[in-house]
Amino acid sequence: MDFLNALILLLNYIFIPALTYGSQLALGAIFVTLIYGILRFANFATGDMMSFGTMVTILFTWYFQSLGISLGVLPTALLAIPFGIFFMILYMLSVDKFVFKYYRTNKSPPVQLAMVSIGVMFVTQAVVRIIIGPSDQRFFDGEKFIIKAREFKEMTGLNEGLALKSTQVITVLVTIVLVSLLFWFLNKTKTGKSMKAYSDNEDLALLSGIDPKKIVMITWIIAGILATIGGALYGLDKSFKPFTYFNNMLPIFAAAIVGGIGNPFGAFLGGYVIAFSEIFLTYAYKKFFMYILPESMEPESLVQLLSTDYKFAVSFSILVIVLLYRPSGIFKGKVL
Amino acid sequence: MRKNLNVIAAYSIMMALIILVGIFQSWNIALSIFNLCLISAVMTMGANIQWGYAGLINFGIMGYTALGGLAAVLISVDPVQEAWSAGGFDILMSLWLIVAMVLIIRFILKRFNKSKMRTYSIAVIIISGILLIRFSAEPGIQAIEAVNPAKTGFLGGFGLPIIFSWIVGAFFAGGLAFIVGKVALGLRADYLAIATLLISEIVIAIIKHEDWLTRGVKNVIGLKRPAPYEVDLQTTDWFINLVEKFNSGKLELISNLSDRQSTLNQLVIEGSSVFVKLCYSGLFLTVVIILLILTQKALYSPWGRMMRAIRDNEEAANAMGKNVVKQHLLIFILGSAIVGIAGAMLVTQDGLFTPGSYRPMRYTFLIWVMVIVGGSGNNFGAILGGFAVWFLWIEAAPIALFLINFFTAGMSETHALKLHLIESVPYFRFLMMGLGLLLIMRYRPKGILPEKIEIK
Repeated sequence: MDFLNALILLLNYIFIPALTYGSQLALGAIFVTLIYGILRFANFATGDMMSFGTMVTILFTWYFQSLGISLGVLPTALLAIPFGIFFMILYMLSVDKFVFKYYRTNKSPPVQLAMVSIGVMFVTQAVVRIIIGPSDQRFFDGEKFIIKAREFKEMTGLNEGLALKSTQVITVLVTIVLVSLLFWFLNKTKTGKSMKAYSDNEDLALLSGIDPKKIVMITWIIAGILATIGGALYGLDKSFKPFTYFNNMLPIFAAAIVGGIGNPFGAFLGGYVIAFSEIFLTYAYKKFFMYILPESMEPESLVQLLSTDYKFAVSFSILVIVLLYRPSGIFKGKVL
Repeated sequence: MRKNLNVIAAYSIMMALIILVGIFQSWNIALSIFNLCLISAVMTMGANIQWGYAGLINFGIMGYTALGGLAAVLISVDPVQEAWSAGGFDILMSLWLIVAMVLIIRFILKRFNKSKMRTYSIAVIIISGILLIRFSAEPGIQAIEAVNPAKTGFLGGFGLPIIFSWIVGAFFAGGLAFIVGKVALGLRADYLAIATLLISEIVIAIIKHEDWLTRGVKNVIGLKRPAPYEVDLQTTDWFINLVEKFNSGKLELISNLSDRQSTLNQLVIEGSSVFVKLCYSGLFLTVVIILLILTQKALYSPWGRMMRAIRDNEEAANAMGKNVVKQHLLIFILGSAIVGIAGAMLVTQDGLFTPGSYRPMRYTFLIWVMVIVGGSGNNFGAILGGFAVWFLWIEAAPIALFLINFFTAGMSETHALKLHLIESVPYFRFLMMGLGLLLIMRYRPKGILPEKIEIK
């Protein structure tokens, strides 16, 4: 019984939150990695682009709510996401046309493109804050819990409750569907394969008749889908605040690099590596040991490896270690 | 003279703008803008040394600034004796443990050849070392933080004049840069950018949460000043006489004696804060001029030529027998040290240390906008960038407000869109920065004052 309790405890406080957070990071990390692999620059506007897509989604959610449209138990935001994606792609393509294209055709060094993306970051941040403001926005509606902690306790008779939020399930499900679709697209379709070819060797790809304009456009379209869905899921699960989204850029970068930048599958796993290590290392295991160990050996301290204040620092330290020992990432990406 | 015409023109415009602020808004605002412009200029010079001279991209400016600020606290605050007696021993022991750990790792690195075994043993030493340190320092930290937590709750500093911290801040930042450089300098440019950005976040996390050292988010307020206090000035005779002399024409117009006295008092209060700001301006200007002379000398020295050679063609410089790795590390340390000075200057001017206020937007990306806009590789350009961008950053809100009122003049005062726009005035500064950066990068990629290398 105690063993089951301990298991549920870990499931409730570590596994499920980490899985959700990891999925959100993974979507962002694939976005970063695609832009890096195909357009060849580190996009510092990542977090703010995600917040732009989420912002449009929120505005449409409010609009639908005011019309009285809802999805019943599901959050209305799911209905608004396609609109968010549409505007996100529109925004990305226009940014690409007016900003990035010039440097791409001039074959500027990646650093210059990264600098330009900082300009885009400033502008996007301003646009988002001017339209929706800098404060916290909640836009979740529908049924909040699938399993409530109290009901779970009554059902199983255990001491520990297991709470399962609907947003957590939605996040994980949507991520699985989206990522499998993406990998199918990249590995099985002709366009996807030509994208990979372009990423591997631009000149050879051009020689074999691949149209670079089409590749760039499709990259931004996929990026728009990933950014909006990733951002909206994060906002549904936690809350939407432009500053948080900007900060999320950092663990997302960490995930992309840990997984091997330029490698979408690596980025996907990298998201989970970062999320799990953040939560594993900062969780206080006192209660867990109280269940597992006999009473005489119970720990007095919190048994916390690092205080939760260092949550971000954990993922960045992992990144630094990976950069030191395996600069191309855990799953081989582009060599530095 | 003709060659430098654009430099002189750009600087005159900048000074004219600040003077205009002084005339139309107030001299207080103008001087505080000027002071922060000077500090920004120092930061920009630091970043410019790394980026402009050597092509190294450092997105960790925030971390070095914060370390400089920490130096200001550690130098100027009086030591908290109780805290030292409560937990000082544990902290010192932990410090010894850290030193011992580093020495052991160095020993292993030197003694044994590269192998999996070595990597794993180092990992084990680091992890067990961290656990040991945490375990041994914990009671000390708790004891220190329990000492009068509302006022101190930290070890305090050395109680020296705060001006020393500008040098110590440089050493702190340089020390961090040494570690970061050892770790990350081998990386390609954009990875280096990301790595330094993340490392600076780690530094901020430590400063924010190690309360025994920095008081963390509880902030340290009321730091010592290198300049006189306003309150003291207001009661000093020579200062009152000075203000009277300056404003004698204005005062003579007032015939009523008590009115005259109250006007004088008002002027003295205003004058005292302007005077204090002028003191700071003098100090900061000295630093900027010294740094400018040093960096200019370095730029045109054989060393500067070597750095440019390394920047422009690393392989060729390497083939000519220049130690690229060593020089990169050196310049990374030098640039970061200058940023550290700026960080200490900033805290000195504010008189308080607020770890929560260090955000990458303000302390990393804004500085980079300054470098790019001003002109990388040109020290005069870097300083100008610091001035121009900081000026715009502060004056963006009034400008935006003016523009909004201008364009929505036809709308009624209560129109929802107009109200919304006016409410979001503070965020137009981001828009201006972004657009400014994009335009400069597109149409004047070398900045307002581009790098100009003359061969003498």
